Amino acid sequence: MVSALTIAERQSAIAVSVLIALCGLAMAIGGSGDLLGVHGVIVLIFGLGGVALVMSRYFSPEPPEERLTRYYDDPTKVGIILSLGWAVVGMFFGVWVAALLAWPDLTFDAPWASFGRLRPVHTSGVIFGFGGNALIATSFHVLQRTTRARLPDQFSPWFVLLGYNLFCVVAASGYLMGVTQSKEYAEPEWYADIWLVIVWVVYFLIYLRTLQRRKEPHIYVANWYYMAFILVVAVLHIVNNLAVPVSFGQAKSYSLFSGVQDAMTQWWYGHNAVAFFLTAGFLGMMYYYLPKRAGRPIFSYRLSIISFWGITFMYMWAGSHHLHYTALPQWVQTLGMTFSVVLLVPSWASAGNALATLNGAWDKVRDDATLRFMMVAAVFYGLSTFEGSFMAIRAVNSLSHYTDWTVGHVHAGALGWVAMITFGSLYALVPWMWNVERMYSPKLVEVHFWLALAGTVIYVFAMWNSGIIQGLMWRTYNDSGTLAFSFLDSLVAMHPYYIARTVGGLLFLLGAIVACYNVGMTIRGAHARLASGAGEGDRPVPHGAGAALQPGE
Amino acid sequence: MREFFHRKLERSAIGFVLAIIGVSAIGGLVEIAPLFTIDETVEKAPDMRVYTPLELAGRNIYIREGCYACHSQMIRTLRDEVERYGPYSLAVESKYDHPMLWGSKRTGPDIARLGGKYSDAWHVAHLINPRDVVPQSVMPKYGWLMRTELKTGDLGKHLAAQRAVGVPYTDAMIANASTDAYGQASPDSPYAAGISERYGAATNLRAFDGEPSRLTEMDAMVAYLQVLGRLTDAAHRQTAASGN
Repeated sequence: MVSALTIAERQSAIAVSVLIALCGLAMAIGGSGDLLGVHGVIVLIFGLGGVALVMSRYFSPEPPEERLTRYYDDPTKVGIILSLGWAVVGMFFGVWVAALLAWPDLTFDAPWASFGRLRPVHTSGVIFGFGGNALIATSFHVLQRTTRARLPDQFSPWFVLLGYNLFCVVAASGYLMGVTQSKEYAEPEWYADIWLVIVWVVYFLIYLRTLQRRKEPHIYVANWYYMAFILVVAVLHIVNNLAVPVSFGQAKSYSLFSGVQDAMTQWWYGHNAVAFFLTAGFLGMMYYYLPKRAGRPIFSYRLSIISFWGITFMYMWAGSHHLHYTALPQWVQTLGMTFSVVLLVPSWASAGNALATLNGAWDKVRDDATLRFMMVAAVFYGLSTFEGSFMAIRAVNSLSHYTDWTVGHVHAGALGWVAMITFGSLYALVPWMWNVERMYSPKLVEVHFWLALAGTVIYVFAMWNSGIIQGLMWRTYNDSGTLAFSFLDSLVAMHPYYIARTVGGLLFLLGAIVACYNVGMTIRGAHARLASGAGEGDRPVPHGAGAALQPGE
Repeated sequence: MREFFHRKLERSAIGFVLAIIGVSAIGGLVEIAPLFTIDETVEKAPDMRVYTPLELAGRNIYIREGCYACHSQMIRTLRDEVERYGPYSLAVESKYDHPMLWGSKRTGPDIARLGGKYSDAWHVAHLINPRDVVPQSVMPKYGWLMRTELKTGDLGKHLAAQRAVGVPYTDAMIANASTDAYGQASPDSPYAAGISERYGAATNLRAFDGEPSRLTEMDAMVAYLQVLGRLTDAAHRQTAASGN
């Protein structure tokens, strides 16, 4: 990691780490007596850790000039490992909070261990920890391969990857201590938000500079999606997190917006976090790893264009479907519903494009669990986008909103689509990155596939059932014209489904643990092979393997 | 023709970046900006009052503990919701809510009109162990609220920050924030007198946690829960006017 940097790069790494440590020190001193001070200590340790890491290898020999003729994959490798680590953490917390809804006393008598503080650790852990690291890791890989250019410099990718993980650690530790803005999926407080903006700007610059250096005339589809992910998430993040801190020595802040404007801004953010973080970024993954693994070009270039611009334009209107029948003016609700329904077109264009790409490679889908992960992901993408458009219809939403149906829908997307495409992509990517022929155990990939699929199906069916029963019980009238069920009746009816959901989540978690073991053993095998003197990574060559990827050419 | 254009666009990284920003900006601009400018978006409610420092502290605890993940504060305009929870929520009722806590999930019931529905003692017992009063409940226990002293020293700064984002706290409210928080939960203390003067005669003045001698997080939490839906009568007036 450090030995791939020149002395000058090592110096700038130390300078940045020292700067981070100083920021941490300032936070620790200025925020002493407040939770901000605790976060200051965490940032300080992170900065000092960076200094120590670089110093430990500071005097090792400089890398040869020749390194610049190769792709730069070290950040991707570390990103893969971080992503899998966060997957296990995030999913563990998910299973725990799921169990708490069935057995509420399955916890400690301590503030940090109550449902309300654990839940955001689950959501942020899987979305930002697992998903975000996977996006950063794969985007660096895809970007270089589709542009045939090396990343523009050696230190900034580390800054992005590790800086992003600092954000994740501050976020998760904050929730456990009670630091939260309460904005769903944007819970971290103002200082973490500012830090993420800095990281994100560097990320964008890396992306743009690599694109500028590309040796391919066209920018490949996957990069359109990764770029939309980076850009739009930045805009959403900045606007939704505008807030005034109580003081610069305190973690707490008050959102700039209130009431109905805040609600609309929050769901404009919330729904497009789904669109541009959990959809666009992962479509970028799909558009590269699925055709590569299948050995087939993307089915249709035109469909790619339609679906990309459709998603980029229309998703931004859809957020208000989270606010049907509320105090949000009806014209906004109607706009949100309309665009949500039309969104089915670009969504299915992408899902269909992916599945049609597999035509001629179905035998591989049968035999290769890695490709099957991606195929099932595309199917779940199609299913959950259909479900999403359906639930955005006002009349349907009157039943589904506030119930577990929403939770089921989200997990059909998060488990079935996001996690499946990620695991599929990582299983394809790991052997390439560590330069081995295949994963340590293809059998374990197969085991993981069935655990993940069974877990997803159990989870989603449980939540469909509980959500629809809940929604119906809330609106059922008896013959005398009064409500038939108390709220408590509906809660009691949920119990079996909450148990089933916990089982589904547990299966999915087991799958992720199997993946960690398999990847770990693959890396171990690769290092053993490298020690015996074999292997060299691929290089940016003028014409080579990626050529089949340009559709319609 | 279209394809020709796109082939050109794909060759320019900067062009592509600008196109993404332009295309994605439209939806948010059309849907969000008018909410700040169209007057009918938020109803008028002259009787609307701001949260007292104690209630605001309680609201911050509600946020800290993630209560919003399971309780909504937004009654929709549906017959069964109005019959179950009370008059549907108006935009004006969360006018001073930075941020809003409308919620998105009802693992527990909506609590937009919880204020005054149960006694303080019920709330205290329920928060300490929900299953003592509702055996089937799956809500977490919040016993530490009773054990933790409320931090009041910086409440003035909180009110000032609230004023910076647009909540009409007066200088007197900000100056007296800490003692007002204490006074609201200690009705016999000399600090109680100013509350009604600054926040209105209808403000709850009680030892919310049952112990007037100390000010706990439980006091703040219960004070907040007891004021939910009671900052203005606008929603009730609206229902009466429409003849229900």
